[in-house]
Amino acid sequence: MNDKKFRNNAKRIYLTLTLFFGLLIVGLGGLIYKMINPSFLSFNDENITETYVETKNPDVIKNGIHVATGFKDDEGLSIVIVNCTPCHSAKLVTQNRATKDGWISIIRWMQETQNLWDLGNNEDIIVNYLAKNYAPSKKGRREVLTKIEWYDLEN
Amino acid sequence: MKRRKFIRNTLLGATATFIGTEIVFSSSIPKNYTPIIQQDPDLYKLFNKDKEMTVLNDKPWNIEAKAHLLDDKITPNKYMFIRNNGIIPQNIDASKWTLIIDGESVFKPKTYTLQDLKTKFKQHTYQLTLECGGNGRSEFNPPAKGNQWTVGAVSCAEWTGVRLKDVLKDVGIKDTAVYIGYHAADTHLSGDPDKEPISRGVPMHKAYQEETLLAFKMNGEAIPLAHGYPLRLVAGGWPASASGKWVNRISIRNKVHDGTKMKAPAYRVPCHPVAHGEKVKDDAMCIIESMPVKSLITYPKSGAMISEGNTLNIRGHAWAGELEVQKMAYSIDFGATWHLCEIAPPVNRLAWQHFSSTVNFPKKGYYEIWVRATDTEGSSQPMLLPGWNPKGYLNNACHRIAVKVK
Repeated sequence: MNDKKFRNNAKRIYLTLTLFFGLLIVGLGGLIYKMINPSFLSFNDENITETYVETKNPDVIKNGIHVATGFKDDEGLSIVIVNCTPCHSAKLVTQNRATKDGWISIIRWMQETQNLWDLGNNEDIIVNYLAKNYAPSKKGRREVLTKIEWYDLEN
Repeated sequence: MKRRKFIRNTLLGATATFIGTEIVFSSSIPKNYTPIIQQDPDLYKLFNKDKEMTVLNDKPWNIEAKAHLLDDKITPNKYMFIRNNGIIPQNIDASKWTLIIDGESVFKPKTYTLQDLKTKFKQHTYQLTLECGGNGRSEFNPPAKGNQWTVGAVSCAEWTGVRLKDVLKDVGIKDTAVYIGYHAADTHLSGDPDKEPISRGVPMHKAYQEETLLAFKMNGEAIPLAHGYPLRLVAGGWPASASGKWVNRISIRNKVHDGTKMKAPAYRVPCHPVAHGEKVKDDAMCIIESMPVKSLITYPKSGAMISEGNTLNIRGHAWAGELEVQKMAYSIDFGATWHLCEIAPPVNRLAWQHFSSTVNFPKKGYYEIWVRATDTEGSSQPMLLPGWNPKGYLNNACHRIAVKVK
């Protein structure tokens, strides 16, 4: 009986030790894998997308903006890029605001004086895109100060 | 991991979409035109500009300062705005640079090398205020087309060169002369060699002013490329577009110069005041000459928070085109009361003037400091936007900064 009891005890210790070392090996293995591949078991997904998006890729759209040009992503974007950026920067477009008539008159001025080509059927697509995404806002005769960056000024 | 794959696949998809569209929709686009997809990230290094400068446009280059960057009495290159209309000339060899003086009103065209100009004529140095005619355009309502300048398209650098009038005297000018028109080495955005990006000028009385220079130095050094190396016409106090960069020819005209951007609506405002958004005919638009009275708080930067009981020192510059600033005032109560600032006389005619004051605040709270300059003819800066005009020129409304007293 004593012999049987001893054997049972030994078996229990053996199992405990096996389990302990087994877990240790798995844990160490995980740590080593984590060293090789730092993103393993990281649940911080935001960082992964942030670092992966290539801003140099010409076609990336991020937060609704075409990264390379700064244009808003909407119907007609590619036609706007192809026709509006050969001569001047997209920034000249995106910093301006105008109504449909206003954008048409800007296009006419470029056609009359700046060698802009006939836009054909694309004109409607371009004008609609611009009038929708770069429409004027009512600013009044003087706007309130916005985007103030507050800082302590010591005398 | 799945997310990465998803993004990668979307990128490939997007690329295919764009390439597809280019082929489909490019039929009417002339050859040699390629859309700008890549932008030069190193522009600050390229032009030696401070990183805080704002890029409004990178083709053509248009870069402006912020008010607090303009604190120096003489504007250094790194804080000087760039307003270009075309492509900056490449591979300039200053030793081979020539200036031709021609036009209907010269007896005989004459050509000078840079060396001729430097050695044949006396050199002069002036601090000259150059402000873009469209500085402040972003505030107009309804909006005006063009680069949306805020407050930073102004500078006052030290220019060294020869007087245009000395050179014109050497050439010999007929009595029929009305206007000068410059021509330059920059090229048109469309690549069309027959088009000039800009070719403006000034009437003879401005051309004959002592401060109107053919300059080859800015702040004691060769003019930076983006500002007109190796030769720039500098006509202070007028829209900076009158100060042609990379100048290689000046035509003495027997009529108002008719080069690119001389004709309406460029650099013109309605001859008579118009309502907001009104259509104005080209023949009812008049050429801008002297710039209006204006000022800028360059210290402190907007957003300063100070402790109750402390005073605040403010300073900045004021200018008035062909005139001088006679009076400078600030208000911390939106114009209910005005307090005089100290204002120094200009170093020379057409240089901006420096003002300063010490501001006291009665109690804690949010304040705005507004400044207002008055010129020698009694004109002051408006607190609201000045008269609306189709192209959004000449916004000389009071500058203001936000301050909190804690």
